[in-house]
Amino acid sequence: MRNSLIIIKKQLKDTLKNRTILIQFILFPIMTLVMENAIRIEGMPELFFTKLFSVMYIGMAPLTSVAAIISEEKEKNTLRVMMMANVKPLQYLLGVGIYVWTICMIGAGVMATGFRGRDILTYMCFMGVGFVISIVAGACVGIFSTSQMSATSLVMPAMMVLSFAPMLSMFNERIARISQIFYTQQLRICLDTLSLDSIEKETYIVMAVNIVILMVLFCITYKHKGLE
Amino acid sequence: MIHCEDVLKSFGDKNVLNGINLDIEEGQIFGLLGPSGAGKTTLIKILTNQLIFDSGNVKVMGKPVNKLTGEDKKKIGIMMDSFGLYERLSCNDNLKIFADIYGISHSCISEILNYVGLGEAGKRAASKLSKGMQARLKLARVFMHNPKIIFLDEPTSGLDPQSMKAIHKLILEKKNMGCTIFLTTHNMEEAAALCDNVALLNEGRIVECGVPEEICRKYNHQKTLSMHLASGEEIELPHNKEAAEKIFELLKKGMVETIHSSEPNLETVFLEITGRKLEEA
Repeated sequence: MRNSLIIIKKQLKDTLKNRTILIQFILFPIMTLVMENAIRIEGMPELFFTKLFSVMYIGMAPLTSVAAIISEEKEKNTLRVMMMANVKPLQYLLGVGIYVWTICMIGAGVMATGFRGRDILTYMCFMGVGFVISIVAGACVGIFSTSQMSATSLVMPAMMVLSFAPMLSMFNERIARISQIFYTQQLRICLDTLSLDSIEKETYIVMAVNIVILMVLFCITYKHKGLE
Repeated sequence: MIHCEDVLKSFGDKNVLNGINLDIEEGQIFGLLGPSGAGKTTLIKILTNQLIFDSGNVKVMGKPVNKLTGEDKKKIGIMMDSFGLYERLSCNDNLKIFADIYGISHSCISEILNYVGLGEAGKRAASKLSKGMQARLKLARVFMHNPKIIFLDEPTSGLDPQSMKAIHKLILEKKNMGCTIFLTTHNMEEAAALCDNVALLNEGRIVECGVPEEICRKYNHQKTLSMHLASGEEIELPHNKEAAEKIFELLKKGMVETIHSSEPNLETVFLEITGRKLEEA
């Protein structure tokens, strides 16, 4: 665990100097605050922008940042230096994962300012679960890629689908049907109702299937590619 | 300290290492010389357990290299040409990460930065350093936990003579402190200046091994002396009684400006054995 904490500390220092990653973390929380306070349309659902951007935040920030962090370390061979200094691959992945999850949860905390009471906790639970799944997806891409360039080309389509399909499904019935297979769409449904009791069986199944697929994918990628 | 026996490694159909045998004693600098593509980096990767070999026996600190524990690894320092730095972080922060991993106090960071001549650059981002300074920062990272064995892969590759000299000084200081140093290079001057023992590697085979001076003497077939005389004339004399008398006469008359023996250097020995130059691409 000590090595994971060292990785977290290192990432914290690095993120403050890495604008590309920093923007990923703060873009949606800031946009949420601005839009919620600046735009008022008659008949618009309550906290519309918060819920919309929350799903996009889940599909974008953890996925792209984890993939970028891992692939950059692989490309520049700093990861190998870590491994040679006896940092275990899982300690490293855990450190990066915890760091990204924590930062995203802080971002979600900022986005949750429009909610009241128990809703904040429920919202944070949904966001927390979404971040974990996206982090695993990002780790798959980061482990698979040998450079930042290849990670970007892999992560972009995945990010577009996971982030934008839930938004587009609001306007198109067909997209809505297809996007139901993604965990981000299910989380959007959860965020709309914002109640743990009203989660449907279908949501549990889709989420479980998504988690299992990503975990299997993670294991296969890790087994074949490792971290070096 | 480092022991290799019949090490074989191939990538696909290509045999990269063909039966490497080495024995490196504690406290010495061992140089592995060879042109690009000879297998130097492959061997260093095998010795540091970054690469699995096909067959043979490799022991580091008396243990099979794949059985080294975490504590053993902390006694080893590795600087590979390809190993990067955290470029956005300062020199101090780069070293702090590894000080934490090795469980060393942060107070040693300024000490080690001073030691490698980067005392003034502690707060500078690694990306803002020159190539020579980056190499010294990488060395600081290797030295900071006082390893017993240091592996250096082409430590001065692409550096200017001044940076090269500074790094040579640091390496020799580490040797004097009792470290065993394994370095690869294709620079025969570097090998001759630093190494107690060298091995000449060509196409995955060690073609010669020993003390640099002894190797050079062994291949001194010409055994001649060349002189530059005050008159501007260049003469070459064999090692015999007549030549000795002639040299004595010339010296007595004050006609000799320079006198050199003809023993080859490592470059010419390598050329003689393999027909290739060490710095050949």
